[in-house]
Amino acid sequence: MTDSKYFTTTKKGEIFELKAELNSDKKEKKKEAVKKVIASMTVGKDVSALFPDVVNCMQTDNLELKKLVYLYLMNYAKSQPDMAIMAVNTFVKDCEDPNPLIRALAVRTMGCIRVDKITEYLCEPLRKCLKDEDPYVRKTAAVCVAKLHDINAQLVEDQGFLDTLKDLISDSNPMVVANAVAALSEIAESHPSSNLLDLNPQSINKLLTALNECTEWGQIFILDCLANYTPKDDREAQSICERVTPRLSHANSAVVLSAVKVLMKFMEMLSKDLDYYGTLLKKLAPPLVTLLSAEPELQYVALRNINLIVQKRPEILKHEMKVFFVKYNDPIYVKLEKLDIMIRLASQANIAQVLAELKEYATEVDVDFVRKAVRAIGRCAIKVEQSAERCVSTLLDLIQTKVNYVVQEAIVVIKDIFRKYPNKYESVIATLCENLDSLDEPEARAAMIWIVGEYAERIDNADELLESFLEGFHDESTQVQLQLLTGIVKLFLKKPTETQELVQQVLSLATQDSDNPDLRDRGYIYWRLLSTDPVAAKEVVLAEKPLISEETDLIEPTLLDELICYIGTLASVYHKPPSAFVEGGRGVVHKSLPPRTASSESAESPETAPAGAPPGEQPDVIPAQGDLLGDLLNLDLGPPVSGPPLTTSSVQMGAVDLLGGGLDSLIGGTNFVAPPTAAVPASLGAPISSGLSDLFDLTSGVGTLSGSYVAPKAVWLPAMKAKGLEISGTFTRQVGSISMDLQLTNKALQVMTDFAIQFNRNSFGLAPAAPLQVHAPLSPNQTVEISLPLSTVGSVMKMEPLNNLQVAVKNNIDVFYFSTLYPLHILFVEDGKMDRQMFLATWKDIPNENEAQFQIRDCPLNAEAASSKLQSSNIFTVAKRNVEGQDMLYQSLKLTNGIWVLAELRIQPGNPSCTVRAPAPTLRPWSLPLVLVEDAVQASLQAWLEPESVRSLKRTFLESFHIHPVRLPR
Amino acid sequence: MIGGLFIYNHKGEVLISRVYRDDIGRNAVDAFRVNVIHARQQVRSPVTNIARTSFFHVKRSNIWLAAVTKQNVNAAMVFEFLYKMCDVMAAYFGKISEENIKNNFVLIYELLDEILDFGYPQNSETGALKTFITQQGIKSQTKEEQSQITSQVTGQIGWRREGIKYRRNELFLDVLESVNLLMSPQGQVLSAHVSGRVVMKSYLSGMPECKFGMNDKIVIEKQGKGTADETSKSGKQSIAIDDCTFHQCVRLSKFDSERSISFIPPDGEFELMRYRTTKDIILPFRVIPLVREVGRTKLEVKVVIKSNFKPSLLAQKIEVRIPTPLNTSGVQVICMKGKAKYKASENAIVWKIKRMAGMKESQISAEIELLPTNDKKKWARPPISMNFEVPFAPSGLKVRYLKVFEPKLNYSDHDVIKWVQVPLPLPPHISVSSLLLCCLPFAPAPESRSGPSTLQVGLVE
Repeated sequence: MTDSKYFTTTKKGEIFELKAELNSDKKEKKKEAVKKVIASMTVGKDVSALFPDVVNCMQTDNLELKKLVYLYLMNYAKSQPDMAIMAVNTFVKDCEDPNPLIRALAVRTMGCIRVDKITEYLCEPLRKCLKDEDPYVRKTAAVCVAKLHDINAQLVEDQGFLDTLKDLISDSNPMVVANAVAALSEIAESHPSSNLLDLNPQSINKLLTALNECTEWGQIFILDCLANYTPKDDREAQSICERVTPRLSHANSAVVLSAVKVLMKFMEMLSKDLDYYGTLLKKLAPPLVTLLSAEPELQYVALRNINLIVQKRPEILKHEMKVFFVKYNDPIYVKLEKLDIMIRLASQANIAQVLAELKEYATEVDVDFVRKAVRAIGRCAIKVEQSAERCVSTLLDLIQTKVNYVVQEAIVVIKDIFRKYPNKYESVIATLCENLDSLDEPEARAAMIWIVGEYAERIDNADELLESFLEGFHDESTQVQLQLLTGIVKLFLKKPTETQELVQQVLSLATQDSDNPDLRDRGYIYWRLLSTDPVAAKEVVLAEKPLISEETDLIEPTLLDELICYIGTLASVYHKPPSAFVEGGRGVVHKSLPPRTASSESAESPETAPAGAPPGEQPDVIPAQGDLLGDLLNLDLGPPVSGPPLTTSSVQMGAVDLLGGGLDSLIGGTNFVAPPTAAVPASLGAPISSGLSDLFDLTSGVGTLSGSYVAPKAVWLPAMKAKGLEISGTFTRQVGSISMDLQLTNKALQVMTDFAIQFNRNSFGLAPAAPLQVHAPLSPNQTVEISLPLSTVGSVMKMEPLNNLQVAVKNNIDVFYFSTLYPLHILFVEDGKMDRQMFLATWKDIPNENEAQFQIRDCPLNAEAASSKLQSSNIFTVAKRNVEGQDMLYQSLKLTNGIWVLAELRIQPGNPSCTVRAPAPTLRPWSLPLVLVEDAVQASLQAWLEPESVRSLKRTFLESFHIHPVRLPR
Repeated sequence: MIGGLFIYNHKGEVLISRVYRDDIGRNAVDAFRVNVIHARQQVRSPVTNIARTSFFHVKRSNIWLAAVTKQNVNAAMVFEFLYKMCDVMAAYFGKISEENIKNNFVLIYELLDEILDFGYPQNSETGALKTFITQQGIKSQTKEEQSQITSQVTGQIGWRREGIKYRRNELFLDVLESVNLLMSPQGQVLSAHVSGRVVMKSYLSGMPECKFGMNDKIVIEKQGKGTADETSKSGKQSIAIDDCTFHQCVRLSKFDSERSISFIPPDGEFELMRYRTTKDIILPFRVIPLVREVGRTKLEVKVVIKSNFKPSLLAQKIEVRIPTPLNTSGVQVICMKGKAKYKASENAIVWKIKRMAGMKESQISAEIELLPTNDKKKWARPPISMNFEVPFAPSGLKVRYLKVFEPKLNYSDHDVIKWVQVPLPLPPHISVSSLLLCCLPFAPAPESRSGPSTLQVGLVE
């Protein structure tokens, strides 16, 4: 019985032949034909033309044949929705079959057919199956609810399936519980606000009981769900931990990792004084080590996670260095990850062993691995002071090998060692200089130039060395050019007599012959500094450099905490939050570690929180590579940071210094101009010299202009996710026009140009009414404010949530996507005042289901004031009356797409409430969530010029000013 | 969750394609082929992100299995599932090869439909699956049989079906250990650990309750509390286990609280537990390599092995593998004992000795002729490895008991024939063997090396 023959039929008249065979009377022949169809489908041929013939084979008692037909249906039903309906009858019938396997098969398959008409018929059978006597059917039906929710979320809610699903969490069968948990977790992810997975101590207890009984996969679902729970205090956290720890001995690595996730998360809540805390720490190490004997792919996942765990709680694995030693037959991806962890665990106690290992690795075969090993030796020198000397001598040995990439890598790390231990290892400079000619990578060349410039006074022929680089100045990469400029200026400041010509040459190369604004700007600054006040120049250029940190590639603490909540998942493998790689709103809920409970001690000891600089402590970080302001102070060339950039605080400090320090006179004396106007928000174009406080007075008026409440700008697209482009913004509505106020900030190192914006189809057809106008290229660290007019004539598609807007922004670097929620009130039109009579009639017509009531928070307004405030948001008062001392306001509003919403506002002193009704008939094709109306009314009533929004304006302004403090005239 | 699962042959042709989620399209199939299978360089990660779609892959001989998703799935679970998928397929049709997959594609689709629902892994124990995914149709089943199947698939003991009957109840237990060594070039052992597996083959009727006991230090100390005398005596006998993991049939909460290993075993062969020990490891052999470079075209290698156990014991099937450089042109070997051969296809000298008693020594010397080469590609210098059977476990592990009790059929220990392959202080333990593989560094020029080097092992069977 070889089935492989089905793969070989590739004749021309195949479809025709298959059609004949499918309609054959002989059962065997039919089955053969269906198999051929499936084989063709597998290899990617289009066999949708056979749809009716295949569906005809569905009515059969041969289960194998039936399954094949179902498989075909799942693939093609979407392309043939009308014909797919033919299958419904069979499905419904199968759902009643006495055999539970067939009932489950039918409900399982039906959920995979994404055709609206079929979905309608699915509801009844699904309802029955959810209550089926057989657990096999119930567990299948539980997953089917998640499928249906993916197709039509509203339907699932309306039909009450969510409640049935919740009931299944208490089912007697562990597998049903596990699947129900999985389905609910998935549904809850797309409704972050809903309290679907109503986790409380009782339900947690049920889950923990099921945990002991269900399959390995079920245990994973349950553990992943448990990780989302926040215990109410440390005692509850401890008791959950106690019941989860046995999972650490499971053979399935995913169960182990998910258990580790729960423990790592709940441990946050435990006091370090507890004995149990120590016990738990001890229990975590062995299973993590055991994961390293799993298959290589799992080892990789485990190592990526251990990397996070080691950063969060280094004490767990501090004695386990040896297990991370690289094995001869490890795949390269495992080797590289192990190396990373080895560096993190390196300490004075184990440094000798680590170094010996690293030296071995540096002679390995794989180039990437060797480079990383060489870099690691440098990191060890910086991290463990006692070992620095040995590291340097090891590096020198490696330079002697003359293997090109080893030499270059070694020079890059030696530069860092010089930064950390100034004036200690200069004796090696001679050896380095010998290798000058073999350097062909920009990073190594730049490092070498830095070393020569930094120690110019001790290198006799420094001028010759630097001059040799100058010949090909224009062919060098920016990194090398910048470094060469700084290097020669340093040389000049140290040996002014011999190098005047050289410095002239480099300054003119940088300022006159270069297209690169960074290089030009830096050239001008040096030039001006040197010509105005050489003493100040010396102070600035040869300033003492801040120390560099011991750790590199540390993950930023808030991100680390978030990633700890995602242990075992893809996010922990990529070291990125899910929002960075998951499309749409799914799974983008930001997770964070639970706060420590009151009983725990106040401050963390530094030993336990070494990841990231503890607040208050001077962050001696290595600044992100090549940061412009840092560069000016000669802070540049931090070792390359491959992970996300570290906190930029030290860089900002530099900026402040630049302004406040010796440069004061410089600024006063020379004719600096204000930053180019493009960077200044249009409304804030006041003369900057008049002092900042004046400006704030000016700005405080901006928000009051007219129109409705404007929320403060929020960051929509963080720079981290968009290669340095940060976008924040808000929505406004002013005299009938909607606009999106954007603030673009370039936090990258390169100039950004060619901006464009596009919206995805959305619920109200919002679309840009004009192209995105950014007049000048956006230089690094520059900010620009843009008001983008919007229209509501774009194409419409229902979004989830309704006011979700997905935006794509393009620039010369890439295309970035983000999504944001717009406030509903920007859609309230000016002619939203309904006629009195009509209001009365409509109000009565609207069924009670379409009503929502809510309390207005903190509203000290009387009826008059409320009415006028609402009116400026286009929520109009139709009528007003006074009932028993309470003012009743009858309000109406109309959305851009013609939907009316009516509201009754009861103003009871101190306790205003509102009843909102939206007429049903006009609401098709979807109903308007009244929650959105509630938010809009709330926002409109709350004063729009609250101190909050003024503050944010000020902040915005300050930031935009600070970012480009100096710019020299051309 | 998993959005789709594809199986490709070595050329990147799709053999199986099953899509579970709407967000995965046909183009995903091609994206993986183009970006991973046809990629020029070596695979740098088992997880690949292409256009916001993540691909997880594992390879079995020439076959690629790829799971695809657009969500933030549990990555460890996806890989565990892929391995499991391989196990299930192997249990149904043997080796995973292009031919076998093509021959069984209908079966594979049926399995995929069952063990993955909407991307959520379901019960994937072959024991249970084989009761209802048979490729024979299920018409003949009676109602009782059906509900028995469903309750087993969803039940607490999903790995075993009810109603199994054997005329002779038999139980096989093997302890397989491998020693990982880290040695300095001077031959000093820097660190060593044993990773062991307890593999069981059970052919038992009904639903037997089993209990497995070994000389775990924690247990022995607990029990020995009463009599100090016993503690000191058993202290030597017990071993400290660093960590262990268990098959899902073992009741973990019971192990956590009482440290007892109790379970209802699956039918047939399975891995009951894995463990790791680092303390008091008995190294059965010492291997001392000496390598001398004679000019640029010749290497002289001498390897001495010393057996390091009681003279009354006997090691068997000893095999030492000495890797040779890639540019080897010829090898001449002289050995005192056993047979040695240069295997050019494996780039190694293989030295086999049938038997060797304890406290003995044997050596091999070889002259390796090298072709002059200017090939820049360096030789990765694999470690020397060694394979043998000895009648004791290097970790010191001993099986203390293996109890069986079946409440319904009412048979127990005494009615079961047990075959335990590691010494057991109870009667019916027959022979003893432990498969062990020991690895040592192979350094072409030991005198030039200063630091230690790690080396390791994989379990070879």
